Amino acid sequence: MGEPGTFLYEAWIARYALLKGMAVTAEMSFIVIVIGTFIGLIGGLCLQYAVAPLRWLVRAYVDIMRGIPVLVLILFTFYGLSLFNISIPAFGAGVVALAAFCGAHMSEVVRGAISSIPYAQTEAAKALGLGFWKRFRFVILPQATRRMLPPAINTAVEIVKSTTLLSVIGVVELLLATQQTIARNYLVIQFYLAACVLYLIINFTISQLGALVERRFAYIKY
Amino acid sequence: MSTPLLRAVNIHKRFDTVEVLKGIDLTVEQGQVVSLIGASGSGKTTLLRCVNLLEEYQVGEIYLEQEQIGYRSQGGRRKRLREGLVSSQRARIGMVFQSYNLFPHMNAERNVMLGLTEVQGKPVAEARDIAQHWLDRVGLADRKDHYPYQLSGGQQQRVAIARAVAMEPKLMLFDEVTSALDPELVAEVLGVMQALAESGMTMLVVSHEMLFVREISSQVVYMDGGRIAAQGPPRELFGQPPERLQQFLGHFRGVLER
Repeated sequence: MGEPGTFLYEAWIARYALLKGMAVTAEMSFIVIVIGTFIGLIGGLCLQYAVAPLRWLVRAYVDIMRGIPVLVLILFTFYGLSLFNISIPAFGAGVVALAAFCGAHMSEVVRGAISSIPYAQTEAAKALGLGFWKRFRFVILPQATRRMLPPAINTAVEIVKSTTLLSVIGVVELLLATQQTIARNYLVIQFYLAACVLYLIINFTISQLGALVERRFAYIKY
Repeated sequence: MSTPLLRAVNIHKRFDTVEVLKGIDLTVEQGQVVSLIGASGSGKTTLLRCVNLLEEYQVGEIYLEQEQIGYRSQGGRRKRLREGLVSSQRARIGMVFQSYNLFPHMNAERNVMLGLTEVQGKPVAEARDIAQHWLDRVGLADRKDHYPYQLSGGQQQRVAIARAVAMEPKLMLFDEVTSALDPELVAEVLGVMQALAESGMTMLVVSHEMLFVREISSQVVYMDGGRIAAQGPPRELFGQPPERLQQFLGHFRGVLER
């Protein structure tokens, strides 16, 4: 394993801390993306189909979340809420802030995909006698899913990168774990590079999974 | 006298300030083929779309077998029916569109099956048999696994007809179904429609194929400026057309004199 002070030695010493950090990043990302996608499906449906007051409400949510820097959102959730005597642990605050952010982006992704399906498809489904939910489920959603995949993957990757911001409120995710390691051994370049590689592994996995799903929908041609 | 299958009474339809239907009265008897002809903007397609509520209209009533479609009158005011009821009424009316509107993510067979399983609640196996039967009737039994993009325009339109007819509707609406087709593909679609008409299907047809209209219609309705300007059996109407219709038919002189 070489001498103390060499990268391999220090990496071996820090292996659990780094892998734990990576696991926190992956776990946080996974939870946020799942919740965000769920919010996005409902939000997108509301933006496209809901009656005016509800639609405005969702529109306001989406525009506000997209207009605020994620870091501000995170700090507000963590410190701001404690002013109102609502205190949530750092991890929880991270989930809330990022899921709200992710949900807003996904809402817009879903709305865009749905509205890109020609209205003639809805009319054809109506003419068959299909009701709203069946039209959505059997006719609109399958076609919209194909169109929402690329921007949704994009958003998912952005979310993984946004988890680094949670280091400022003390969530020991991959970046903070790396910084703590560097604080002990001063191997700045080496460990930041190592962190880069670990982030790339996570995001490459996501984009490959995305490509896999996209291929499953490739049969939809026009 | 038997009650008509379809009866439209005094239909008025506005798009914002433009009135496109100015009081249409129309009846279609069981088994009749009624064709709507007229210039673009005369309201034919809008009228057709009002029949199965793809368009709303401000005044008037449409009845299918005595049952009012889409609205009910309550204390002198009309109320739109719930979406679920409208859907079940639409299920009894088949419609074929100018641009086919097949579902691109389903093959021909599943396009035909969707309404059977999801609207009529038929078991998949039965729906598949029915789809098979109708695809065969429109001459596409061997294309059941093809997706829309793998089919020609004429084939897509025939699948669309199969999809609508498989639901065993009381009434079929055809909205300029050959207008998007290359000339050599028109005949195959018209052939399918003719066979349907001969089998006794009640049809309301918007078409610019005058020869076809003259051949298959029991009644021709000439619309002009949102009103019915003339109507009658094709022989009568085409034989001695009133002046405005004469002008309109002038555009088709080459076709009709064949």
